[in-house]
Amino acid sequence: MKLKGKVFKYGDNVDTDVIIPARYLNTSDPKELARHCMEDIDKNFASEVEPGDIIIGGRNFGSGSSREHAPLAIKASGVSCVIAKSFARIFYRNSINIGLPILISPEAAENIEAGARIEVDLDTGKITELESGRTYQADPFPAYMQELIKAGGLIEKVKREVGQ
Amino acid sequence: MIKMGMTMVEKIIAAHTEHETVKPGQIVNARVDMILGNDVTTPVAIREFEKTGVDKVFDKDRIAIVPDHFTPNKDIKSAEQVRMIREFARKHGITYYFEVGRMGIEHCLLPEQGLALPGEIIIGADSHTCTYGALNALGTGVGSTDLAAAMATGHLWFRVPETIKFVYNGKLNKWVSGKDLILYTIGDIGVDGALYKAMEFTGEAIESLSMDGRMTMSNMAIEAGGKCGLIAYDEKTEAYLKNRAVREYTPYYSDPDAEYARVIEYDVSKIEPQVAFPHLPENTRPVSEAGGVKIDQAVIGSCTNGRMEDLRIAAEILDGKKIHPDVRCIIFPGTQEIYMEALKEGLIEVFIAAGAAVSTPTCGPCLGGHMGILASGEKAISTTNRNFVGRMGHPESEVYLASPAVAAASAVKGFITHPEEVV
Repeated sequence: MKLKGKVFKYGDNVDTDVIIPARYLNTSDPKELARHCMEDIDKNFASEVEPGDIIIGGRNFGSGSSREHAPLAIKASGVSCVIAKSFARIFYRNSINIGLPILISPEAAENIEAGARIEVDLDTGKITELESGRTYQADPFPAYMQELIKAGGLIEKVKREVGQ
Repeated sequence: MIKMGMTMVEKIIAAHTEHETVKPGQIVNARVDMILGNDVTTPVAIREFEKTGVDKVFDKDRIAIVPDHFTPNKDIKSAEQVRMIREFARKHGITYYFEVGRMGIEHCLLPEQGLALPGEIIIGADSHTCTYGALNALGTGVGSTDLAAAMATGHLWFRVPETIKFVYNGKLNKWVSGKDLILYTIGDIGVDGALYKAMEFTGEAIESLSMDGRMTMSNMAIEAGGKCGLIAYDEKTEAYLKNRAVREYTPYYSDPDAEYARVIEYDVSKIEPQVAFPHLPENTRPVSEAGGVKIDQAVIGSCTNGRMEDLRIAAEILDGKKIHPDVRCIIFPGTQEIYMEALKEGLIEVFIAAGAAVSTPTCGPCLGGHMGILASGEKAISTTNRNFVGRMGHPESEVYLASPAVAAASAVKGFITHPEEVV
């Protein structure tokens, strides 16, 4: 599957409290969460993001809380994929479990600028800057994770298992 | 074939699978002993659980649900969320559902109730589930979908982590606590210094810590990116669990020839009380270099520092003193049992006489939920675990992390202070 979008770029250690501040966690409605996504570090994100757009972060993206509301808010805001130098482990699990594509590519995260239009091939992990044609290769997922992604997330996998 | 030594986390994981040994990097499906959710994360888990088509939880005695974040309910939406989890708990006959008045802050409550035991795998849809490492349990934070899958099947996938061994040599200085050791460690290795890894806390200084101090350390393993923060079982663990443990348990020890990703040694006699400056727990400085930052609020409590030892040390400092006129000091005992014990020991009287507010257990201000939100430009010294942008309120407020001793001393002085300046 190929994704295309404009890049929103952030630094290292983007934590779950800025992705979705706890003051909004008295609901778990993804649409409502999306309205406040990133607002403490980027007031314009929620109004400017368009379906398909891509977030690029630095090291340790999604650090902090276990709140699944963080990847849910990102997904519901229309973001098609997150690329980072590294991800915090609970955010990584949560994204895979809910079907938000995430890719690890320190080179792409370093070099691609905010506002650039890029294409991401989820099957191969190839990331292409559409204007310059420059490409980057994301790290492949371990086999187990690929299976989980193919199954459509953890709940789909559980359904299959208990259905048997 | 020669059998390689294993670390304690590898042994715990292997014991919960069909494998005799496991290796770092391996992904396994493991049995879980206890599953934990709170009022923020459980509603999402219930929605996902209902999609699985499973009509009964795998074991009603192995699930704990603790509404502690926005409780006592701060608004209508929070009340609706808690009603949803309360109804789920009733429907499934969940044994360990803790209602307001009986509940506590989850990571103070589960150990106290004997629900987190050595050698167990405990998953919680709360990142500070790593607290149970102090009890030699692989406690680790997961998401709501993980919680749903585990409630349905009793199993979950885990990547076996590499282990970093931390050795704390020497004797602690006066006023230096588990909080200072873990802040110092995070300051040294950084907020992703143990990303995806198990942290193992060892050495003379760890042995000398109380269970409360050990839980403070393990609690903040996540602040270095760690999957868990394990401590070996000893006579202190045994004494703590006597009369508490609800199940039989088996502790696991690392083999002498176990392989570590890194071994890091510290001489704790060189460590003084620490303060983590905004906006990352790694921005630590010795309190003597904190520059007397003026504060508006002091928060003492939370899953990090809401236990008896924490309250005792705060009371020792506040006894006969007054909170600075420009400071609001708010104290949160971690559980009802802790609250009652503090009452019996006269600590609550000390706090109120000093001019501090004492609250029923809640996560409240730690995550900027309620009960002590900061306005723009305000600064708090707090015994909690995170000082991210907007964590305790307005995005332009600031949180400084420290021990109960430093927080109490600072509440008296009105600026960040070494406890010896007050006592």
